[in-house]
Amino acid sequence: MNNVQKQKRANKSLPFFFKDEFKVFFIIISISIILLISTFTFDIVPPILNRGIQPATFPKGLLVLIIILISIVYYLSFKKPWEIKKKLPKSFFLTIIGFILFAIISKTLDFFLAISILSIFVSFCWGEKRIFYLVLVSIIFPIIVFIFFETILGLRFPPGIITNIYYQV
Amino acid sequence: MFAPLLSSKLMIVLIFGTLFGLILGVLPGLGPTTGGALILPFTMTLDPLSAIVLLTAIYCSATYGGAITAVLINTPGTPAAAATCLDGYPLAQKGEAGRALGMATVSSTIGGIFSVIVLVFFAPLLAQLAYEFGQPEYFALAIFGLTMLASIGEGSPIKNLIAGAFGILISTIGKDFMTSIERFTYGVNELSEGIGFIPVVVGLFAISEMLTQSTLLDQIFKRVALKAVKLPSLTDYKKTWKTILRSSGIGSFIGVLPAEGGTVASLIGYSEAKRWSKNPEEFGKGSVEGIAGAEAANNAATGGAMVPTLALGIPGSATTAVILTGLIIHGVRPGPDLFREQPDFLYGIFGSMLIANILFFIFGFFGAKIFARITLVPNRLLWPMIFAVSVCGTYSLSQSMLDVWIMLFFGVIGFFMRRYGFSVVPVIIGLILGELVEGTLRQSLVIFEGNWLMFLTRPIVVIFFILSLIALIFPLLRKKKI
Repeated sequence: MNNVQKQKRANKSLPFFFKDEFKVFFIIISISIILLISTFTFDIVPPILNRGIQPATFPKGLLVLIIILISIVYYLSFKKPWEIKKKLPKSFFLTIIGFILFAIISKTLDFFLAISILSIFVSFCWGEKRIFYLVLVSIIFPIIVFIFFETILGLRFPPGIITNIYYQV
Repeated sequence: MFAPLLSSKLMIVLIFGTLFGLILGVLPGLGPTTGGALILPFTMTLDPLSAIVLLTAIYCSATYGGAITAVLINTPGTPAAAATCLDGYPLAQKGEAGRALGMATVSSTIGGIFSVIVLVFFAPLLAQLAYEFGQPEYFALAIFGLTMLASIGEGSPIKNLIAGAFGILISTIGKDFMTSIERFTYGVNELSEGIGFIPVVVGLFAISEMLTQSTLLDQIFKRVALKAVKLPSLTDYKKTWKTILRSSGIGSFIGVLPAEGGTVASLIGYSEAKRWSKNPEEFGKGSVEGIAGAEAANNAATGGAMVPTLALGIPGSATTAVILTGLIIHGVRPGPDLFREQPDFLYGIFGSMLIANILFFIFGFFGAKIFARITLVPNRLLWPMIFAVSVCGTYSLSQSMLDVWIMLFFGVIGFFMRRYGFSVVPVIIGLILGELVEGTLRQSLVIFEGNWLMFLTRPIVVIFFILSLIALIFPLLRKKKI
């Protein structure tokens, strides 16, 4: 039994809406249709100011093209099913949680505190247990980056509980 | 050619760029595109020539640097070094890591220098040809570029086209540049200016790679010991000189076409080396011809990819898209006028690429052992640090947190795109070509008074359309790979 046949057999056991092919097709089609509908809300330019085509026409054309192409991809996946992917490991979801933590902390507390917390969180979740290295990635390195951007590029970082101390606000 | 480079500042930039590029190339997951995007904010402190010299030096040396990791740990440092693993690692396992790296270094240098010669001769010719181009021709050229990208890029052509269309769609976000009508902004004022190139590139390459690395934590790399890099013997030279020249030609040609230049070039260079070899049975078991074929081709693609970038303002690869962005943010508009108005600037670029190829030969030859040690930095320390630099670099461009959110968003999108076989490179090229495609289409329609059939009255347009059609149909018939 060749790989394609094995793949087909493995895929047959799943209902169609659980298959990767359908999930990808469904997500892309749904987003494209929502965006396509939103293009009808774009302002229309009077003919005298119109340069060739209306501003909505080009994105509409692109979205229709994407819908057609993803439909072809989905149709062809019946003939040649996609390779079944391994489940995503816990470390992937922990990294995503790290990103969410970063977003919340940088929005509410401090940009650099958020970088430090993400760094220590990801490094720890990925298997680093040595205190020195955790301190290196979460405190020493972000401080170096901060000073570098601040002094060389003259960048002013967003206000926050730690950044304000530095800027003496 | 070297006159513009005769300053200590530029030489320091060149040496730093080459060393930094080697480090980027050696570290799996990073590479010239991510590295270039990360360093772009820092180039704002430099003058235009120094900035582009830095970016091109990184491009050349990072492309070579991937070979060090490919030979020693069987993991390509950059995608372009994937074919090098096939023979580089088996040869290293036989205790000949020095010979494998020596061959990779020599063939990369020859391929790189060959491609700079191609660049010096062909870029001005292409630029001269581009004088004949009007808006319709540029539109057809951009379409041709995108279809070539879809057809000779990695993976499925249809998925590549979807990714390219997605990239163009991103470029339409913000105020329409012709009528100032807002598109896809949904009331967010910061989106009126559109989505920046750098947050998307850093997201699609660096952040998505970080997520990919989070799924590979159980992988254990075995590093082959390296005593010293050895120059190839006379027998090796006799065996490989034709392969190196052939692959240099292939790489330069593939590089000119808009696609994932180095990656595709090295695969074709490798398979052609095998096809023409007297000992094809040795391939995959540690053949020096295999290493030479792949490495000469991927480095030859660097100069090739710069040809359309400089002559037409159309990037030949994802990394040259970053270089193009670097040129634009420093106020340099690539295209035919650049060749007429700023020849010194161009000679500076040509010269710096040539010197970068010589420099990475020296650094690679004497320092490969040290660079190889960089692969020992564990991912659990490396990636949080890259995250910190990515976030600060992205924020620094317009001091906007929205850019940081865009970067994270595209990081997640990029991860899932790669997981399901959609290449992220067409998104980048689509994003950078988007304004050109739409702008030239609309201006052409103004010229043609809305008559689409008028495109077919222009011979160059018709040629590009036919070539685009061939580019689309040919791989579908050949590979049937969806």
